[in-house]
Amino acid sequence: MLKSQPTRNVAWTRVLADRAATGAAWLAALLVISPLIAIFGYLVVRGASAVNWAFLTHAPRPVGEAGGGIGNAIVGSALILGISSLLGVPLGIGAGVYLAEYGRGRLATLVRFTADVLNGVPSIVMGIAVYALVVLQQKHFSAFAGGIALGIMMIPTIARTTEEMLLMVPRPVREAALGLGVSEWRTVLSVSLRTALPGVITGVMLAFARIAGEAAPLLFTAFGNQFWNLNVNQPTAALPLQIYNYALSPYDEWHQQAWAGALVLIVLIVGTVCLVRLIAGRGVMKGTA
Amino acid sequence: MRRWTAGTKVRIADAIFRHAMGACALSVLAVVALILIELVWQSQLSLHAFGWKFFSRQAWDPVAGDFGALPFIYGTLLSSLLALAIAVPLALGLAVYITEMCSPRFRGALAFTSDLLAAIPSVIYGLWAMFVMVPLVRRYVEPWLAATLGWTGLFEGPPYGIGMLAAGIILSIMVLPIISSITREVLVAVPRHQREAALALGATRWEMIRIGVLRNARAGIVGAIILGLGRALGETMAVTMVIGNRPAIAKSLFAPGYTMASVIANEFSEATGDLYLSALVEIGLALLLLTLVVNALARLLVWSVTRGMPVSSNA
Amino acid sequence: MNISVRELNAWFGRTQALYDISMEIPANQVTAIIGPSGCGKSTFVRCLNRMHETLPGTRVEGYVEVGSIEIYGNGTSPVEVRRRVGMVFQKPNPFPAMSIYDNVAAGLKLNGSYSRRELDQVVEHALRMAALWDEVKDQLKKQSGASLSGGQQQRLCIARALAVQPEVLLMDEPASALDPISTAKVEELLFQLRSQYTIVIVTHNMQQAARVADSTGFFLLGKLIEYDKTERIFTTPADKRTEDYVTGRFG
Repeated sequence: MLKSQPTRNVAWTRVLADRAATGAAWLAALLVISPLIAIFGYLVVRGASAVNWAFLTHAPRPVGEAGGGIGNAIVGSALILGISSLLGVPLGIGAGVYLAEYGRGRLATLVRFTADVLNGVPSIVMGIAVYALVVLQQKHFSAFAGGIALGIMMIPTIARTTEEMLLMVPRPVREAALGLGVSEWRTVLSVSLRTALPGVITGVMLAFARIAGEAAPLLFTAFGNQFWNLNVNQPTAALPLQIYNYALSPYDEWHQQAWAGALVLIVLIVGTVCLVRLIAGRGVMKGTA
Repeated sequence: MRRWTAGTKVRIADAIFRHAMGACALSVLAVVALILIELVWQSQLSLHAFGWKFFSRQAWDPVAGDFGALPFIYGTLLSSLLALAIAVPLALGLAVYITEMCSPRFRGALAFTSDLLAAIPSVIYGLWAMFVMVPLVRRYVEPWLAATLGWTGLFEGPPYGIGMLAAGIILSIMVLPIISSITREVLVAVPRHQREAALALGATRWEMIRIGVLRNARAGIVGAIILGLGRALGETMAVTMVIGNRPAIAKSLFAPGYTMASVIANEFSEATGDLYLSALVEIGLALLLLTLVVNALARLLVWSVTRGMPVSSNA
Repeated sequence: MNISVRELNAWFGRTQALYDISMEIPANQVTAIIGPSGCGKSTFVRCLNRMHETLPGTRVEGYVEVGSIEIYGNGTSPVEVRRRVGMVFQKPNPFPAMSIYDNVAAGLKLNGSYSRRELDQVVEHALRMAALWDEVKDQLKKQSGASLSGGQQQRLCIARALAVQPEVLLMDEPASALDPISTAKVEELLFQLRSQYTIVIVTHNMQQAARVADSTGFFLLGKLIEYDKTERIFTTPADKRTEDYVTGRFG
């Protein structure tokens, strides 16, 4: 970073250009911060008043009746996210381990490339694919299908982070274990992975935070539900879905609940992100931006 | 009787472990293959019924069974390009500010702010856009645009607020973080000696940035922009909530529109009839292929500048 | 343009790198700065064109006059100083995204608008002075600056520095990254450029200093130990430390 250089005796056009560029950059920075403040501000202003214990623990009431909340959506999200983690975390870490420890040559490059491709799949398209693969076969919407859609979306992020973290484990550490006669698989698990574990965990948390806010893949997999549901084979509510439905409804009370639900969701997600940042420092955040 | 020595057991365990990890890696390939196969399979009906013309037709009549994807392609492209037009100058300005001008104290905070913007879910952007941004656009932005730039023909018609312009604006906020973040990485990758070369010739700070940094990072910046495009093309929730959801091609940016992602989001669960569903899946397939190509191109460009330096960039 | 340095001090953060340097560098001569690694010779030279202060946390105090301009004076802009005091770096750093022509013209374009013909003339003149014209004249606009060999790149950087018509040319170990043949070409250049420019060259190669320089200054641990005609420095140095260095007993 360079301070702006003093410019006496330099042609005024050049000085003007330098000042203008500095001003424009500064303005851009300002314009970027504004929406962030605005969004958080409105979430708090419009939503905070409706967030209370009843809101967090009750299911929605029919239109016209007061009260009701997002309790079922929170539980539903937890259920769906639990399923997706069961799918995405092992596969993601496994793929990352493979790429870091065993992957050389064309297969590994192909896997890396494909993981990037998978990462770029629009979330709505993922919803269609899982609809065709799961919902059509089962003939009903389910939390299970939603979990699969979100779980698949976790894999590339977790795989990449795991690979990066494992590659940072210094060779001498590995070689020390192998030299002591520890088997290869044990070395990978108990030495390399354990050393890289903090980074891997932050990668998992970031992937989790990212899919926790996704609604599009759930539109025709989990589908949503106005009631409590713990059965993975039935349509289930999810917080982002509920916010979406409330926002699009014509009722003011439900709009209010949308704001409140959004506030809860953003606190959970941003809280996770900030926590990760605090623990892990800057480097890991790049994996999600 | 064969003796299982410790050596054999270990070798078997190693092999099992290695194959298990390999299976995880292969699952990535399997998943992508499955997605592509399913999409193609489910679009068959529509592919047979309309062929390539599907993408150049304007019809969208579920009752009559007449489908054409042109309005959605138009809507997707227009909203994304509009988003880029707004986001690119801001993102580049922010990136230059953070890497070249900002004092080190604020650098971390600004970068974190930008990353935080990236973490906000699409529905929340949509919620805010619907209830806060759209009224502002309707009351102030659109009348102002109609008054000053109405002659271009781009800002005609009643200022609904909801429409292509609103979609473009909220999209621009959403893609800004990724463009800025990748640009920052690319700018930082330019070696110090290039900056010094420019300064030693008697350049002002802006001139140094222009010829010593930006010029060198050109390819990577373009890559960052295209990555932003890739993200914008696939955005669903926020766009659906403010674009108006009307399958029509209009010249004015005030008019409502429809994107590929939005029509799927809105109509998929209600789609009656196999042809209807198939048409929607075909749109999904087209969207997938479009984003895939765009993202691949972007990655190539970014890689060419930051070659060798690890750049994590999730599209 | 002669250079007058009086009580120059420089710091990296809290560490002092130069202590009260005072020298008179005569015009139209080649002055070499020698000394072991870390002695401050690069820092010294970078103070002469106000490049040292572009690093974060650095500080310069003292008096440096180039020609009749006090470069650290209140009314003087470092931007202007750097145009008049050119620099060639240790590692050749042409702009890779520009053609050879654009590289040489880069500094010019900053300083005013010139017609195509004027630019052509200046570019050719600079490239001739850097003894690079014949080798690149057919590829001026088609080849990128970075596609040349190391020695050619360095001569391109010299041409680029000369194109803005500086009064002084600073060279920070310009040949240390080059092969012997390119080094010889660069040294040859110095003989020819000497008549038009004041040249200050930092080198860790004593034979090079003996070959090209009229005067030589020996630096050690941030201090100027001895400064005299090159011949005297290398044959009958006044200070024992100088003698130890030039006879190879350390460094």
